[in-house]
Amino acid sequence: MKILLITEQREGKWNKTSFETLSAAQQAVKQTGGTLSGVVIGKGVAALADELAGYEMDEVLLVEHDLLNQYTPDGYTLALRQVVESAKPDLVLMPHTYQVRDFAPKLAAALGKGMIGDCTGYRYENGKLIFVRQMFQGRTAADVVFEGDAPWIATFQAGAFRGDQAARRQGGKAPVKSVSVELQPEQIRTKPLELFREAKQAVDLTQAPLLVAIGRGIKAPENIQLAEKLAKALGAEMAASRPICDEGWLPMDRQIGSSGQTVAPKLYLALGISGAIQHVVGMKGSRTIVAINKDQNAPIFEVADYGIVGDLFEIVPALTEELEKSKAS
Amino acid sequence: MKIGVCVKQVPAKDAPLAIAETGAWIREADIGFETNEPDGFALEEALRLKEKHGGEVVAISMGPERVKQTIKEALAKGADRGIHIVDDQFFKLDPLGSARSIAAAIQNEKFDLLLTGLQSDDQGFGQTGVLLAELLGLPHATIIMQIEVTEGRMKLKRELEAGWFQWVELPLPAVLSIQSGINKPRYATLKGIMAAKKKEIAIVQRGSLGVPDALTQRVQKIYIPQKTKKTEFLSGTPKEVAAKLVEKLKHDARVL
Repeated sequence: MKILLITEQREGKWNKTSFETLSAAQQAVKQTGGTLSGVVIGKGVAALADELAGYEMDEVLLVEHDLLNQYTPDGYTLALRQVVESAKPDLVLMPHTYQVRDFAPKLAAALGKGMIGDCTGYRYENGKLIFVRQMFQGRTAADVVFEGDAPWIATFQAGAFRGDQAARRQGGKAPVKSVSVELQPEQIRTKPLELFREAKQAVDLTQAPLLVAIGRGIKAPENIQLAEKLAKALGAEMAASRPICDEGWLPMDRQIGSSGQTVAPKLYLALGISGAIQHVVGMKGSRTIVAINKDQNAPIFEVADYGIVGDLFEIVPALTEELEKSKAS
Repeated sequence: MKIGVCVKQVPAKDAPLAIAETGAWIREADIGFETNEPDGFALEEALRLKEKHGGEVVAISMGPERVKQTIKEALAKGADRGIHIVDDQFFKLDPLGSARSIAAAIQNEKFDLLLTGLQSDDQGFGQTGVLLAELLGLPHATIIMQIEVTEGRMKLKRELEAGWFQWVELPLPAVLSIQSGINKPRYATLKGIMAAKKKEIAIVQRGSLGVPDALTQRVQKIYIPQKTKKTEFLSGTPKEVAAKLVEKLKHDARVL
């Protein structure tokens, strides 16, 4: 199978999930037999192409153009469509980043092909690739296959593969080939303006060894003090899933997940968090995960080491009391 | 401003999910359905834009008869009319097939702005808005946190990853996928619910749109995911589970 891996960079810096998908692509090429081409797209990114060429693959395609200096969905789609149509891959793989979500379906529609997005893995069975993705907010998994002719597009969720396991190339670097693409300024309808970060991060939750995180199950802002008392008894920092920060019940810098911080503390105590994919990608690396939830089928229990099915409004005060008692003794 | 909003109906958040006999979808009988939460933010944004700039909001939904309820809720909140694309087997469509159907059903509407939520809470493909833009030949932007409209152009705040944002400018007409949390969706008022009864819902049979049936991808089966970790469940009274957990954290996990 001929595989095209499209990497992602912004202002000359890698999005590291590119290497996770590289790892998946290397594995798929080994299983299916075939070739792997890595694509670096942008402007002034030859150094990144050179770096990518140090990894196990057949070639690196360097796609540069003045109009690709800053990301736009029009620019990327027009350019990558030309790359796909000339390279003729069977499978195009990308990391499932916010940027990929913004243009990959457009590329798929332009090619008239399907895209299986946000995959957590794949299997190769009887000469066919079966992609695994989550549905119903992680409550079920789904096996999805492509229909019709190649090329097909698939994207992998952050954390689905290990970027540090991407194989280095033996015996020198892969050849880097420049691919020229045709783009006209009037084809780019989006005008990208400044990149910025909102208020400076007040807390760095990535450094906190213990976290107490709350989700929708906390129900009302006045209930947060229950979790705060528990956090105090533990000596933990408070964290939250996205809906809590959207409601303004806790500040945005306490948010864990794909749009917030990614953490891996010693202990992650999830209170009333169902465990939607977007949250789990930000905390599944935690050493010990405890989940308290009233729904025994909540996906959070799939990553939990210890689970308690029950009413957090009864369990959390009992737990706080128990911790204070154990500290005192 | 003429604004279209795509609203999907999905199984209710707390609905117990059972896999259907075919293995490729859930059993729909006996469970409740509700408007896809991310689409509620898109609808609210459409209503606010209409309040500010005038015009019309049209709620568009696809699926079996029951999705009329989702359209009616949008009408009760202030949308002016609805379009129901009827398909009893909607769940079998792939993202491209869905988008082609919606595009075919609305192409004569000539919306200034078409809004979608970020993704659906059931299939979660997260592609509809971007696909619609390409199929309708319109520019798009996704994960939108703020919209400012001035003289045929929009200035948009996009959310990127890890706390980054970006302002982008886009001409109208366009398609936007709205980030959840951009606003606080309103509730329908009694007056709104009464007014909705007089509002029009146009019916379009999906089968009449001439969209090819061939799929680009197919869900073979859905299943309860295999656990990646062995979860030890603790049970008992709140006091008992609290004591057990503290023991475990101290002596087994050694995190305290």
